[in-house]
Amino acid sequence: MGNTDGLGLAIAERVQAVMAEHAAELTQLDSAIGDGDHGTNMNRGFTAVLAKVQEQPDQSLAAVIKTAAMTLISTVGGAAGPLYGTAFLRASTALAASPEVGTAEVATAVKAALEGVQQRGKATTGEKTMVDAIAPAVDALNAAAEAGASVADALDQAAEAARQGMEATIPMLATKGRASYLGERSIGHQDPGATSSYYILRTIADLVRERANA
Amino acid sequence: MPVGIVIVSHSPKLAEGIRDMAEQMAGGMINIRAVGGTADGSLGTNPDAILDALRAADGGDGILVLMDLGSAVMSAETALELAAGSLSSRVVLSDAPLVEGAIVAAVQPSIGHGLDQVSAAALGSRRMNKVNH
Repeated sequence: MGNTDGLGLAIAERVQAVMAEHAAELTQLDSAIGDGDHGTNMNRGFTAVLAKVQEQPDQSLAAVIKTAAMTLISTVGGAAGPLYGTAFLRASTALAASPEVGTAEVATAVKAALEGVQQRGKATTGEKTMVDAIAPAVDALNAAAEAGASVADALDQAAEAARQGMEATIPMLATKGRASYLGERSIGHQDPGATSSYYILRTIADLVRERANA
Repeated sequence: MPVGIVIVSHSPKLAEGIRDMAEQMAGGMINIRAVGGTADGSLGTNPDAILDALRAADGGDGILVLMDLGSAVMSAETALELAAGSLSSRVVLSDAPLVEGAIVAAVQPSIGHGLDQVSAAALGSRRMNKVNH
């Protein structure tokens, strides 16, 4: 993707804005099948992330993602804190290992994030969780890396795969998280975690596209 | 030192109430810590606060952690990942029911039992009958 200078700060700004914009929607989705705090929690978490990242705006992309992870862990409060915190920690470690960030490195980082979520949440696909959005994104990134796609194209395909994965959670029966207490009542609702995962991936994809076109 | 106990709940009130009940059973001999809520005081769990509670409960001979719901478990696991040094090797995250587990666990260290025995006893509280049919 070429130059990643300032990308971490730009992502932190954009994701914070998107979480603020969609906070009410995420909370409403979570009220249907969870404890009704996902939007509030994500908005609080990413607002804190942006404040932290702004303190050291010149950090590397991997360092910004690590700062985001630690901040989400201590500020989110709901299950999303440990889950996104672990995801970003793993992604940061993966990115820190490679000086160049190309499509293969992005695919490796998002795969590491997915594995972190799966390890922390003991979840797999089909359980109506954020895994259902992130796993298809990883598949899309791997396919794009193999096809030699640019980072911008690869992320675009990943975000689209995540959107489809998010929508596919609607008919699912939840077997993980607070929604699993609802049993059959969880069917017919889109998973809030899969939705926030999609928004994060879509936001990063759009930003990387803009920078590629600039 | 007796085994320490950490009670983790989404609600600080729930964690503190269970701690008070457990302390009554332990007769002041056990280090029992309650932790719950987010940094800004809403319902939730906070790995940083759990890590502080683990350090406060650590007497060197083990800590049993009792939790209410799934994300409390995830936060506790994250706290252990953040913990430096040997602390995490002395911690057991218990699958015991929160109230019964805390009461049973609070009695065990006071009669000289170690972490394995305290942990097994807490899990055994799953089979306790409250109502005899």
